[in-house]
Amino acid sequence: MRKVYIGPYNCISSLGYTLEDTWSAVVEGKSGITLQEPIGEIPNTYAAIIARDELDSYFTAQLQDIKLSTPFSFTKLEKLMISALLPIVRNLDITTETELIISTTKGNIDQCDDKDKNGAAASLPALAQRIAYLFGFKRSPIVISNACVSGLQAISTAKRLIQMDYCKDAVIVAADLVSEFVLSGFRSFQALSDGICRPYDEDRKGLNLGEAAAALYISKQPIPDQKQQFYVAGEASINDANHISGPSRTGEGLKCSIERALAEAAILPEAVDFICAHGTATVYNDEMEAIALHRTKLADKPINSLKGYFGHTLGTAGLIESILSLESLRNNILLPSLGYQKQGTSLPLAVITERIHKPLSRFLKTASGFAGTNTAILFEKEII
Amino acid sequence: MERKYHISKHCRIDHHGVLYNGQPLSAEISTEFSIFSKAFYYSLGTTYPKFFKMDNLSKLAWLGAEILLKEELSKNIAIVLSNRSSSYDTDLKHIHTISSTEQYYPSPAIFVYTLPNVCIGEIAIRHHLQTENIFFVSEQFDSQLTVNYCNYLLNSNRAEKVLCGWVEYLEENYKLVLYLVEKTGNLAHDLNVVRQLML
Repeated sequence: MRKVYIGPYNCISSLGYTLEDTWSAVVEGKSGITLQEPIGEIPNTYAAIIARDELDSYFTAQLQDIKLSTPFSFTKLEKLMISALLPIVRNLDITTETELIISTTKGNIDQCDDKDKNGAAASLPALAQRIAYLFGFKRSPIVISNACVSGLQAISTAKRLIQMDYCKDAVIVAADLVSEFVLSGFRSFQALSDGICRPYDEDRKGLNLGEAAAALYISKQPIPDQKQQFYVAGEASINDANHISGPSRTGEGLKCSIERALAEAAILPEAVDFICAHGTATVYNDEMEAIALHRTKLADKPINSLKGYFGHTLGTAGLIESILSLESLRNNILLPSLGYQKQGTSLPLAVITERIHKPLSRFLKTASGFAGTNTAILFEKEII
Repeated sequence: MERKYHISKHCRIDHHGVLYNGQPLSAEISTEFSIFSKAFYYSLGTTYPKFFKMDNLSKLAWLGAEILLKEELSKNIAIVLSNRSSSYDTDLKHIHTISSTEQYYPSPAIFVYTLPNVCIGEIAIRHHLQTENIFFVSEQFDSQLTVNYCNYLLNSNRAEKVLCGWVEYLEENYKLVLYLVEKTGNLAHDLNVVRQLML
């Protein structure tokens, strides 16, 4: 099957409004997770939130900058998506063969109350249509809502659509908010940490939710004027068929996803340079990953979770974490897994604890989520 | 070379009743989904207590999958589903639990169903399908996307069969159309046939 190349990408997180801002904050070891004022009935919680007023002024300035006038007013989620997309789409020739793929778990759910019986305000197709119309996409957009793997699966879906000649290129955008809706739900699951999350650590106590948006361009053509080319070498998304909310005790779905991604890429486990895993810092998720990585002979590979920098960003997680790992690959830098001190999984992992500069050729990105979903993608770089 | 696939079975559940390969299946038709779904569940003769814990969207998907997969021996069946309203039927229930300060009682049993793909998880668990899966959300069923995506899964040997379809539930309005795609079957797996099934 033909290679599918990754072009420009961008993100907005609690660490900054551009990819450069988020990347430099991550390299400096900063976290965007802070103690929040009570949200609705939720008492003080650690989360990574993008300030609404700051986003508003950034958004307005961006729109003025490109002289984009629109009769619509936009929600916070839409402002995040549009701001992440602007630098990617600005100079892009959107043709009838350019697909728009949107990844989100809850979209505009913060706009609904229990009187909104038809869900118009939270409609994902309507959200997708607005974004597509604004930027002049010519095809009907595709929305993926497959729990916490959505952002990563959006990349593998785009790669598949290009390989099957469904489209020639695609723009992927992902966003989710830290709403009272998701906070109250994760809190009822007792999945939230009472401090900044600590993936894979002995003292991990759960996750922090985070807000972020990310956008990425992907194409059947190598990206012009780029010496380093990145492409999707292999991918798979296999369900655990085990439990709708609990991670599999054997890591079966993740193991199968990793094995198939490596097989498609024709790469042996020893050739993987590093792994950016899901690492939510809940007791059971991280344990499941450790088991799956042992079963796939990847346990000795340097591994990080980026959740300690900007929280669990739900439908954005797989996309923004892939983007920062692609920056790792570009800059030949291994990023430490923020918050890790001592082995906290029953089987050891080679968790990265300090920034390391070394030549890198490829990495594995994984994600897992509710309903037993798992996705694994092997990304590679070539120098031309 | 492009391989040809077929639709081996299909089913439909809506307010008019239940169809299996176009033929009515005996079931108690009721306007209320809670009554209909329970009666139809019992008529299938499967004992699966977890059914009663599911939300409406998962119950609907589970029933459809039961019709098509009950006698399937293959476990290499991928799942590609879509709908319009995502999990909004259950989202409303969760919103209700957090809408008043006096009665604030968010529940994990409700919250877990506030993702549309949980109905895929329920089917996968029931039929032991450790396979490829994805959930798309669109205003109408995207036949073009689903047919192509399904063919890709089969052509690349990622699955032996694919369970495809539409599963929509919002406030007593529901419609399910599921079909199974594989090498052999009576119907051709092409856009026209799929569009007909979805009408």
